[in-house]
Amino acid sequence: MNEFLQIQLLGIFSLGMNLGWALVMIPLLPLLGFLLLGLFGKKFLKQSAGIFATLLLAASAFLSLHTAYGYFFKYGKSEGIYQKIVPIQFTWLQFSPGVSIDLGILLDPISVMMLVVVTFISLMVHVYSLAYMKGEERFPTYYSFLGLFTFSMLGLVMSSNIFQLYIFWELVGVSSFLLIGYYYDRPSAVAACKKAFIITRFADLGFLIGILILSFYGGTLDFNTLIEKLTSTDSTEFKTIVSASFMGISALTWALVLVFIGGAGKSALFPLHVWLPDAMEGPTPVSALIHAATMVVAGVFLVARLFPVFSMSEVALMVVSIIGIISALFAALIACTQTDIKRVLAYSTMSQIGFMMFSLGVSGQGGESGLGFTAAMFHLFTHALFKALLFLGAGSVIHFIHSNEMKDMGGLRKHLPITHITFLIACLAISGVPPFAGFFSKEEILLAAYHHNATIYWIALATSGLTSFYMFRLYFSIFWNKEHIAHGEAHGEGGFVMMLPLIVLSVGAAAAGFIPFGEYVSADGKALESVFHLQFSIAPVALGLAGIFTAMWMYKKQNNRPDTIAHSMNSFYKLAYHKFYVDELYLFVTKKILFNLIGKPAAWFDKNVVNGLVNGTGNFTLFISEKAKGFQSGKVQQYAIYFLAGMIGLAVLFIYIWK
Amino acid sequence: MMEPGLYHVLFISTALFFIGVFGFLTRRNLITMLMSIELVLNSVNINFIAFNKYVWPNQLDGLFFSIFVIAIAAAEAAVAIAIIINLYRSHQSIDVENAEDLKF
Repeated sequence: MNEFLQIQLLGIFSLGMNLGWALVMIPLLPLLGFLLLGLFGKKFLKQSAGIFATLLLAASAFLSLHTAYGYFFKYGKSEGIYQKIVPIQFTWLQFSPGVSIDLGILLDPISVMMLVVVTFISLMVHVYSLAYMKGEERFPTYYSFLGLFTFSMLGLVMSSNIFQLYIFWELVGVSSFLLIGYYYDRPSAVAACKKAFIITRFADLGFLIGILILSFYGGTLDFNTLIEKLTSTDSTEFKTIVSASFMGISALTWALVLVFIGGAGKSALFPLHVWLPDAMEGPTPVSALIHAATMVVAGVFLVARLFPVFSMSEVALMVVSIIGIISALFAALIACTQTDIKRVLAYSTMSQIGFMMFSLGVSGQGGESGLGFTAAMFHLFTHALFKALLFLGAGSVIHFIHSNEMKDMGGLRKHLPITHITFLIACLAISGVPPFAGFFSKEEILLAAYHHNATIYWIALATSGLTSFYMFRLYFSIFWNKEHIAHGEAHGEGGFVMMLPLIVLSVGAAAAGFIPFGEYVSADGKALESVFHLQFSIAPVALGLAGIFTAMWMYKKQNNRPDTIAHSMNSFYKLAYHKFYVDELYLFVTKKILFNLIGKPAAWFDKNVVNGLVNGTGNFTLFISEKAKGFQSGKVQQYAIYFLAGMIGLAVLFIYIWK
Repeated sequence: MMEPGLYHVLFISTALFFIGVFGFLTRRNLITMLMSIELVLNSVNINFIAFNKYVWPNQLDGLFFSIFVIAIAAAEAAVAIAIIINLYRSHQSIDVENAEDLKF
């Protein structure tokens, strides 16, 4: 082994290379798909692109399941604690003996869990897209972008150091950009992909600064070392980062809040959420994969990854929980008024991510107080399942109706029976109705909030009531309400290929709650007993059912109750319908303030000073050459004059000056 | 009657020189320009002979130099006439303005 490719086999030797190869293949298989389909897809794999990519991803999913099985049941645990294993690590960029950027793989409960979630949801979406995207002009391109996304997301969750995570973080942003803008001939899709990219990029600036502060004080980019150094209160690194302060706030808090801003941008938390609803311009399976199940939870993953460091700063955790709870409530309110089904789901995603975030915010490190952490990860897991299911269900509805608008739908339960059942399961799951998956994870979140902060608990409770209301508003509007009038030729649900992922996911959404999640994923690696209080569950479940019945009362049959209610809350309804005017505020700030105060002077400077300098150089040269051109006239007599003038000049010089 | 001295001769040769230069610069006819060059050369010859006569009367260097100049001037005239004839053949004119395109 040479020094550049120094593969460190940490821990057990017996799992050495074998495990390493399997792990490396997990992200590399989708990358292979991306490269092959991207380079040769259009020529050679036009028809089989989907199958090819799906098979590669199936292999990758199998390897991650294998890894998860091995990690959780065989070698991950040592003395009752799940270890952070780094099976592969090599130095990539060596700046100086002390400073280097490594590439490596870090296995711990959350990254293994994410591996499974990402490959599984991605596989479902690959399968679903076989039918959904059939006949698209750029079918191979679509699959190659999906491969790029899956590769980046897997790289992100496996990163062993924060800089590697940042690289994959940006790659994820790029692939999201590419997929949102997949229909690049639609101006709205182009605008949406630019918006998503710019907003997340803007937030990533905060992330980058946070990384720099953390690594400056921590002296390393490696997660394990960084966490170790910054969590022991008597290490010199910890002392310097806490004592260094800027504007009265310690450097540690600054760094964490900045990192959190990056996470909030990617996870579409208030006030950086505006890109997520617009991102629904992408193909629906993409929304299911990226903007519901995997990429948007990257922010939650990031906070969870650095959670031990976050738990050292009260203020940073408070920021996390406040932003989380605001996003949860805010998005739920908007979701109640939207009419585009994908937008309702987008706001619902934002709301659920808010849940995960404040759950992390109210968590403590280790033991009973670490419930919030486990709950957030559990909710991430179950949410991925039922939200992907909801989006894929919405996809098959849109496939059938050719419209995103609720008013075009209604009475579809007879036409789309499988979609109807699976959608209902997902709605019950997200509403927290026992025994579906969402019930268990949301319950844990509420419990964690209850033990920590009463205000957050009450808001969260109200929000979970709202959640079931808007989800069942969606459900009843699509599948009940008015009768569906078929026009044009009717076609079926999309066949077995489209229904299979729905069925598989609905089984997950129904049953995933029974996984004893706390045993595997907890803040400190020790198993966490999930305590179940029956009387505690009464309030959320009752509220959830109340939300469902309200939605049923309003939307099951076509009536004028929704209009009456909307009318009675006129101004507030309008406010929520217009998404609290956040988009308008952004437009105002960017167009009126930023463009006028910064953009215009900058443009002026560019046009006059920078361009002036460049053009000036050119013009000056032109001017000089225009003048010099005259000397070479070809007229003998003119040359003779110059010669004479030169001679006279020399004569004067020699006679009078250099005597 | 005063015998002409060095300064008188130098005056004539200087006048002749500038008349030649003026002719060279203002005339457009190549033959006239050639003649102007002869004037300039002859003014130099006068200078040589005058300095030889008034400054070093016992030596012949100035005379020799002026003979050389006359010989070279003859050769130069032959070359110049040849060029002019060629120019006339290709341009049907001996106007110096028409020779401008030779710069290309």
